[in-house]
Amino acid sequence: MAKNIMRLVVIGNGMAGIRTLEELLKMSHEEFDITVFGAEQQPNYNRILLSPVLSGEMSFQDTVLNDWSWYKENNITLHTGKLVTKIDRQRCVVETDDGLSVSYDRLLIATGSNPIVLPVPGASLPGVIAYRSIDDVEKMLALAQDKNKTGKRAVVMGGGLLGLEAANGLSLQGMEVSVVHLCEWLMERQLDKAGGDLLKKALEKRGLKFYLARQTESILGEDKVTGLRFKDGEEIAADLVVMAVGIRPNIVLAKSAGIHCERGIVVNDTMQTYDPKIYSVGECVQHRGQTYGLVAPLFEQAKVAANHLAEYGRMRYEGSSVSTKLKVTGIDLFSAGDFNPGPEDEELLLQDAARGVYKKLVLRDNKIRGAVMYGDTVDGPWYFQMLRDGTDVSEMREHILFGQSHLGDAGRGGAASVANMADTAEICGCNGVCKGAIVKAIVDKKLFTLEEVRAHTKASSSCGSCTGLVESILANTLGGDYSTKTSKKSICACTDATHEEIREAIIQRSLKTLPELMQALNWKTSDGCAKCRPALNYYLLSALPGKYDDDSRSRFINERVHANIQKDGTYSVIPRIWGGVTSPSELRSIADIADKYQVPTVKITGGQRIDLLGVTKENLPKMWGDLVAAGFVSGHAYGKSLRTVKTCVGSEWCRFGTQDSTGLGIKVEKMTWGSWTPHKFKIAVSGCPRNCAEATIKDFGVVCVDSGYEIHVGGNGGIKVRVTDFLCKVSTEEEVMEYCGAFMQVYREEAHYLDRTAPWIERVGLAYVKQRVVEDAAGRAELYARFLESQRYSQDDPWKERAEGKDAHEYAALATIE
Amino acid sequence: MNWIQIGKLNDIPRQGSRVVNTATGEIALFRSVDDQVFALNNRCPHKGGPLSEGIVHGKRVTCPLHSWQIDLETGTAVAPDAGCAHRHEVRVAHGVLFLNVEAGVCKA
Repeated sequence: MAKNIMRLVVIGNGMAGIRTLEELLKMSHEEFDITVFGAEQQPNYNRILLSPVLSGEMSFQDTVLNDWSWYKENNITLHTGKLVTKIDRQRCVVETDDGLSVSYDRLLIATGSNPIVLPVPGASLPGVIAYRSIDDVEKMLALAQDKNKTGKRAVVMGGGLLGLEAANGLSLQGMEVSVVHLCEWLMERQLDKAGGDLLKKALEKRGLKFYLARQTESILGEDKVTGLRFKDGEEIAADLVVMAVGIRPNIVLAKSAGIHCERGIVVNDTMQTYDPKIYSVGECVQHRGQTYGLVAPLFEQAKVAANHLAEYGRMRYEGSSVSTKLKVTGIDLFSAGDFNPGPEDEELLLQDAARGVYKKLVLRDNKIRGAVMYGDTVDGPWYFQMLRDGTDVSEMREHILFGQSHLGDAGRGGAASVANMADTAEICGCNGVCKGAIVKAIVDKKLFTLEEVRAHTKASSSCGSCTGLVESILANTLGGDYSTKTSKKSICACTDATHEEIREAIIQRSLKTLPELMQALNWKTSDGCAKCRPALNYYLLSALPGKYDDDSRSRFINERVHANIQKDGTYSVIPRIWGGVTSPSELRSIADIADKYQVPTVKITGGQRIDLLGVTKENLPKMWGDLVAAGFVSGHAYGKSLRTVKTCVGSEWCRFGTQDSTGLGIKVEKMTWGSWTPHKFKIAVSGCPRNCAEATIKDFGVVCVDSGYEIHVGGNGGIKVRVTDFLCKVSTEEEVMEYCGAFMQVYREEAHYLDRTAPWIERVGLAYVKQRVVEDAAGRAELYARFLESQRYSQDDPWKERAEGKDAHEYAALATIE
Repeated sequence: MNWIQIGKLNDIPRQGSRVVNTATGEIALFRSVDDQVFALNNRCPHKGGPLSEGIVHGKRVTCPLHSWQIDLETGTAVAPDAGCAHRHEVRVAHGVLFLNVEAGVCKA
């Protein structure tokens, strides 16, 4: 064998081990000589779908992730039904029970976990089954479906996630099911007592029986199981006993080879064990003191392990915090984080027994530490996101328990429960994706993660406001084991770097161009992609005003040609109309220009301007030349930039007006126009609290009152309407200008590209924004100064430049041939 | 074969695109970051978006309308999307571009 081919042996043919191989094959161009050992007879199947197989909603074949041909196609030698009995670390060889030995350069241990079998008398009787593998499920099904059997009584030991799913499955198969649990309430690791009691009530309605706070003394029976006796002497009859009291990392083999183990096989952040040639992933692993039994952390580990097996040496696994959803059809339950409050913690509670709704949030220092939800879980992913982001929630404490949807949810009728939605219900309004299409993709294409669903269905890939719904659908479809990943999110597949890391690198390592930036941060692609390039271009532009050469090739088409592309490939042209105030002569010029270029549609926009639609690209520079000659500049209606400053007439005419809102609006627009921002930015100034300019759904809104100016931030219309948060009140126009510039500048410097102000504020918390813009007067002055400095370079009218010939190649065909 | 001289390599910006009008519709020429040139029908197989206006990265272009990615070498959509913007032959000789305007092909 050629020397450069690495021999990789994998012990364990389950989800973690095989996922690692998939990641490895995907990322590495090197050849590997791969051998896989599996103790079970089957190819790799989806263990988290055992419950639907048990309840009859799926067949085993539906759960197979990699069929036999996959191993063949990838040249992987697969040994199923073979037990590895020895790892000889000196000689780098593994040996099996039937005498086979295979050498390795790298070894991956993915032996998973074993079900815990309680050491009670009778535990080894026929009819006592663990709940772990497809074999176990088949045994249970055989018993449940046996027509000749008289007894159909099942006892499930364990009232945790797995036990309840098993109980529900058996009950659907027509058995009488009792659940025995040591603790006072069900799922005590995921639920507090109140939540557990609600769950119990719901399951009792479905015919399950519970024996809580009971200890089993022995399992009864002679040649097969007949019943169960508790410590207090009571006995119950049983034809089947399922042990689902928990799992334990399977570390026997690793231990016998002298690899350092505690509760699991101890690994570092690269998933390497104490033997540098041996890696380990999955449920057998102990990482930073934690063991994991859910699928998302395993997949993250797989990615990291593959990266190091491929000798890229780039990624680290930093642990996961997990959320859980029980999937017993029709029962919605969600929990995340640490939900048993300590002495320093606060508890927020909402309980509505009639609706069967229970929500609890545990806070410390105004940050969410844990959440338990029952009955209405649609906001679970939202809370979980804030938990992960460490968002300061002090400003939303009053309404946080009512969820995100009270803020409005256009287009999907505010549906609260994904489980009860029809297949035809539209989930992603941006891309028109229905629930049925998402479920079908998850099942048919065997998807596990939000990213995969996005790639296959496009759902949640545009504005992202349906992300919570899509995650709920994933959880509902995949069952109890779904959990979202928690480690940092890179900005796209070209890199492992996050938005924050990129911005930090630009400043700290004084990176000045796109290629420099990509090289410094180890971009995996030659020149990025359509996701990262516009983001990087913006970050450089905002960090280096006046010094960075805008890369037009990294601009989305609208910003490259300074007009909005329409569905037929023509463009729309919107000249700036300061504060929405115009004049007969301006209107006459627009009318003449519209005539001259035969503009098919002229429309008044929501931002108090005039939209000229259907202009061909060749005509744009000429038309702009005419507009510029008539005194107009670009309206930037096409950009991630300041759009409009909407105003009402204010004190000049209105009998209610308190201040000169039009005049102030024009001043604000003259100051801010031309600035590039992470996403579009809209401003409005209303002359009195009647708020005719709708300032409270803008990114920055001013409401004039007799005594001064109220400043509101973080609002938007659109898919998810969000009303602004009140920032502060100031007394002069000069202050309004300063606060406006300072607020825009924090947003420009710190928000993720493509975040509007609303999601940005929801992530960092309003308290933070107040601290930067209101409380810290010196900091505010600096932000304002930086904003004005940056504006010195951004107020050259792009239309004028292009009318004079800049970028002419963008607007003309290369050639015309007959 | 029907090779026609259409312009110079430097008429197309790096990571950019230009359009050639033909009797049967527009053909978009793309220049990758490493100066390779590709030609496709200027219609995304999804909803007809003008590919010439997309962002060019690696040997792919991302459609400006709904972000489908099209492989410039084959003209096919990158999985999981499926479809094909027909590919045309193009040659660069001494910095001059020649396009074969016969009907585009669709093969990997």
